[in-house]
Amino acid sequence: MLTGSKKRIKARRHKKVNRSLPTTVVLGLLLFLIGAFMALPLLYAVISAFKPMEEFFLFPPRFFVQNPTTDNFVQMVQIMSSMWVPFERYLFNTVIMSAGSTIVYVIIAVLAAYPLAKHNFPGKKLINNTIVTALMFTASVTSIARYVILALLHMIDTYWALFLPSLSTTLGVFLCIQNLNSFPNEIIESGKLDGAGEYRILMRLVVPNIKPVVATMVIFQFQGVWNQTGGALIYNESLKPIATALSQITSAGIARAGAGSAASLILLIPPILVFVISQSNVIETMVNSGIKD
Amino acid sequence: MAKNRQKRLRYTKRDKREFAVSYSMLAPFLLVFCVFTLIPIFCAVFLSFTSFNMLEFPVFTGWVNYRRLLFEDDVFLIALKNTLIFAVLTGPLSYILAFFFAWLINEMPAKLRVFMTILFYAPSVSGNAYFIWQYMFSNDSYGLVNGLLMSWGIISEPILWFTDPDYNMIIIVIVQLWLSLGVSFLAFIAGLQSVDNTQYEAAAVDGVKNRFQELYYITLPNMKDMLLFGAVMQISGAFSVGDITQALSGGYNSVQYSALTIINHMNDYGTVRYEMGYASAISVVLFLMVYFSKKLIFKILK
Repeated sequence: MLTGSKKRIKARRHKKVNRSLPTTVVLGLLLFLIGAFMALPLLYAVISAFKPMEEFFLFPPRFFVQNPTTDNFVQMVQIMSSMWVPFERYLFNTVIMSAGSTIVYVIIAVLAAYPLAKHNFPGKKLINNTIVTALMFTASVTSIARYVILALLHMIDTYWALFLPSLSTTLGVFLCIQNLNSFPNEIIESGKLDGAGEYRILMRLVVPNIKPVVATMVIFQFQGVWNQTGGALIYNESLKPIATALSQITSAGIARAGAGSAASLILLIPPILVFVISQSNVIETMVNSGIKD
Repeated sequence: MAKNRQKRLRYTKRDKREFAVSYSMLAPFLLVFCVFTLIPIFCAVFLSFTSFNMLEFPVFTGWVNYRRLLFEDDVFLIALKNTLIFAVLTGPLSYILAFFFAWLINEMPAKLRVFMTILFYAPSVSGNAYFIWQYMFSNDSYGLVNGLLMSWGIISEPILWFTDPDYNMIIIVIVQLWLSLGVSFLAFIAGLQSVDNTQYEAAAVDGVKNRFQELYYITLPNMKDMLLFGAVMQISGAFSVGDITQALSGGYNSVQYSALTIINHMNDYGTVRYEMGYASAISVVLFLMVYFSKKLIFKILK
């Protein structure tokens, strides 16, 4: 099915009918303007990260930097090491949390999506519908009761409070089911004829053929966890993720604009980079994201 | 259905063994999903009828929380109004914009298309980077926007963008739009690319004259499933605006509660005052709003 969607994408590129040049120019110009608006704040973050302090206090302010410097990064590390816990500790928390959650989530989500797409068993339809419905409810809607449950489980103020709820996202499972629905049954049948068990079929025959889907699940999960703040779930400073430390720097206002921008640049790079690398996989996977109602 | 039921009565041993394998594969995800998404929903409904402070056992109080919410809590009504404004402004707008941008991008040559996709999606993954808007719209004359407007002579005094109730909603809506294209935008990009080209060619023969007619007669009907998915993703985002208002305008502490949303109000009662019963009632109201707007939007789209 993947080759099928690829073929269709290629076919679209070949030739376009009904295109007039003036409209193309106007639409291109419009896209350029909106693109500039989208890019401006991010560009400003990058520029500010290299702006020396005195240039933040120029009047009239300048968008671009005149004497780029790396002082902001030095200052950021200084500010962070003067906090209760060192910078590396926050970074470590975030990296461990993102990596752990992403790996575990992809495993359990693929495991769950496979029977939901390819097996028949009582309750399948109910579970499928519940997963689609749950797409609507972001973590913030259920946060209060979730807090109560985490407290009951004595998980408040531990890594678990961020780790376990992050595994209950349904977007990855949903996308995986959607893509597996069009996965050829013949391949699975041939595995059965060879006497392979379901787990073996999944690992050896299915997963190698849905790599773009797995990559997409990795990206969405990683992005979600990477940006997590400790919120009300973690008090212990040494367990908090780096996003919390960042917000502490930026709350000091413009005096720390340089250090704040430097920190945000560091936070921005991983998720954007991951997306840039695998964006074609994501688009290929999203072809099957439609909800049939 | 009847056939199914007949089957269900006659599960063989082999069937049962196969079910066991399926369930064992489902089990890990289903467990975390139940504990951290499904049970919290039921738990919230239950707690919303109680008074609960996390220390003592919940006490059943009936409709008290809801009565207080709707008739006594003026701040909630402000939060409700703000949330509805956010949802009505940013929800449909970012949905339409996500589609419009995806469509524009799809009209461009392939290389430019990849670049633009990344550019438009980047804000959605930038997480906490929205505070960069804080520097751009800083309240003093050093802020980029104030400084430029003043040096051009448009304003004489710096505008308090995030404190002045006249401005902060508008700015927050802009920031929200900037970062909310998200997953539905990617789904639209993918959907547009997968519409079969022969359909466009056939339409051209049938008298479709320009790309706008093409969009209306071919593209949109082909993308119905995608559009439903996009709607689901945007609804949840539009109603759960909270982190941004908290970070940019102080949420609960904003002047005259001008940037207070239901999420901020709920978190204030829940994780600050530990009035979990009341906070749960707020979350149930939010929950119902999301659910019914989804029903409504699916009706409209179909």
